[in-house]
Amino acid sequence: MLPRLRLPVQPGRLENVSLVTKPGGRYRSTVDATEIIVVKAATSPIDLRCGGHPVVAVGDEVPAGLALDPSFADGTPLGKRFADTDSGLELLCTKAGEGSLSIGATPLPLKDAKPLPSSD
Amino acid sequence: MHLGMLLEMAADGMADRVALGPKASGITFAELANRARRLGAALATSPGERVGLIDLNSPAVPLTLLGSALAGKPFVPINYRLADPQLRAIVTRTAPATIIVGEGVAERVGPVEGITYLHRADALALAADPEAKQADGWGGDADDIAVLLFTSGTTGEPKAAVLRHSNLTEYIITTVEFAGSGEDEAAIVSVPPYHIAGISAVLSSTYSGRRVVQLEAFEPQAWVDIVRAESITHAMVVPTMLGRILDIVEADGLGLPSMRSLSYGGGPMPLPVIERAVSLLPDVGFVNAYGLTETSSTIAVLGPDDHAAAFASDDPQVRARLASVGRPLPALEVSIRDAAGEQLPVGERGEIYVRGGQVSGEYLGRGTSLDSDGWFPTRDEGHLDDGGYLFVHGRLDDVIVRGGENLSPGEIEAVLLEHPAVLEAAVVGIPSKEWGEGVAAAVVVSGAVTEDELKAHVRSRLRSSRTPDRIQFREELPFNESGKLLRRVLRTELADTFA
Repeated sequence: MLPRLRLPVQPGRLENVSLVTKPGGRYRSTVDATEIIVVKAATSPIDLRCGGHPVVAVGDEVPAGLALDPSFADGTPLGKRFADTDSGLELLCTKAGEGSLSIGATPLPLKDAKPLPSSD
Repeated sequence: MHLGMLLEMAADGMADRVALGPKASGITFAELANRARRLGAALATSPGERVGLIDLNSPAVPLTLLGSALAGKPFVPINYRLADPQLRAIVTRTAPATIIVGEGVAERVGPVEGITYLHRADALALAADPEAKQADGWGGDADDIAVLLFTSGTTGEPKAAVLRHSNLTEYIITTVEFAGSGEDEAAIVSVPPYHIAGISAVLSSTYSGRRVVQLEAFEPQAWVDIVRAESITHAMVVPTMLGRILDIVEADGLGLPSMRSLSYGGGPMPLPVIERAVSLLPDVGFVNAYGLTETSSTIAVLGPDDHAAAFASDDPQVRARLASVGRPLPALEVSIRDAAGEQLPVGERGEIYVRGGQVSGEYLGRGTSLDSDGWFPTRDEGHLDDGGYLFVHGRLDDVIVRGGENLSPGEIEAVLLEHPAVLEAAVVGIPSKEWGEGVAAAVVVSGAVTEDELKAHVRSRLRSSRTPDRIQFREELPFNESGKLLRRVLRTELADTFA
């Protein structure tokens, strides 16, 4: 299980900030079925969210009472990779869900990868 | 990441697609996962720390590879073609283990301390039993050993290459698009299960959602028949296989109408063979793949577009790329270095180094062969051109040092193969009083050609020092079953003949 960091992101208010800085780390959405795995770690702690709310490590308790934010409800498709060029973060969706991924309020884009010819 | 994750994703995302077997009667990805989980639960509690397999291709190969992962034990596929004493030695090194065996194998090897045999039929029955318990979860961590592969051992005692879950999953997720195969795609797998291509075929197909039809062992007519009957769209072959497939296709004139992509690798492909393949199968996209066991399969590919561009070009440099292995995979780095480990400029020959998450470079009991920056020295000689295309010239250990000049056997072999009468050619160094090492060639020819004519042919294209001092005409060259030339055997034979 990975540690979670609690940092004040706004004066007077505590918010979950996921520490997605280890490859292989697994996280899940708190408001839908989405699960992701870290392919390439971010260079510093990242406020990774799904469905508008910070993700939690798989196995950690899911906070109750949260609802999917309609602004982050485009869905996360199984097997798609996502990448943030600023932080170097790269993720793979291992379970599909209704929520969409974001760093803070900025949507996380799909990784642009040209298909390779099949060699096996 | 873990192989269990790849299987779970395929079972979740492509549950009803046919994964294995004929389109009408094969098992789906959901069922493949169920069976792997049942076998995994059984293997987790079976005796030993590893799971071996000594068998031909069958559904037991993917199920044991995936089941071992879910059981948290390394999968060790072993070459069933080894002579009994070698096979027994490898089995002994695999202990303590449960080994899945085909017909007659347990009897051949005999009892070995720490080894429990499980017959293929019993393993398959257990996996198909709906009452059997299923393993849950992925089975372990990314750093666990997924596969141990004994290298072909053309030199010295076989080493066991270590491939961790992280190496194999990195290769798969960076090269294969999840569920990226069309529902009508199907691959024929005829490479043996103890070859890295047999492992990567299972994993790539599972992740891309491509149906697999297995051939127990390669036989050219059976291969062609299955491709036509099962509407196979994708295949991977080693060079010797391709030549034999083309003989059949050329003789019966029926082509391979369903085939879209034919990948070749596992050894240098003679240019005349690929030219013949392109003319006989004009609608097939050809892919040349270069990789090593220690790199979890492919590290560079020459794709169909590259083949087409090379064929269409008048630019000699572009045309030469047909003999290259294409460009390195985007998630990898390749560097060409001299004997001191210094990087060489574009165009210069040196040792091929590679770095990336799929590169293991580790051998059981011998530790890592990566340098402190994570680079793996492949012991292959090569160069990059200014377009980033990688050319592989052969094993560094095979380089012939003639009078202080380093000669690559691959270069001389390629020129010999350009002669219309030459079907196969191999070049090795043999002891020479005058030069230290001399250049000796062995050739298989189809027509009347003399030693002097072949020497003149090489001399007209290469420097005279590269012209074979001696040439032997033979019925066949010594290859192992993966199509790899047994150079050490040939070197000994030619040294004796020409002594």
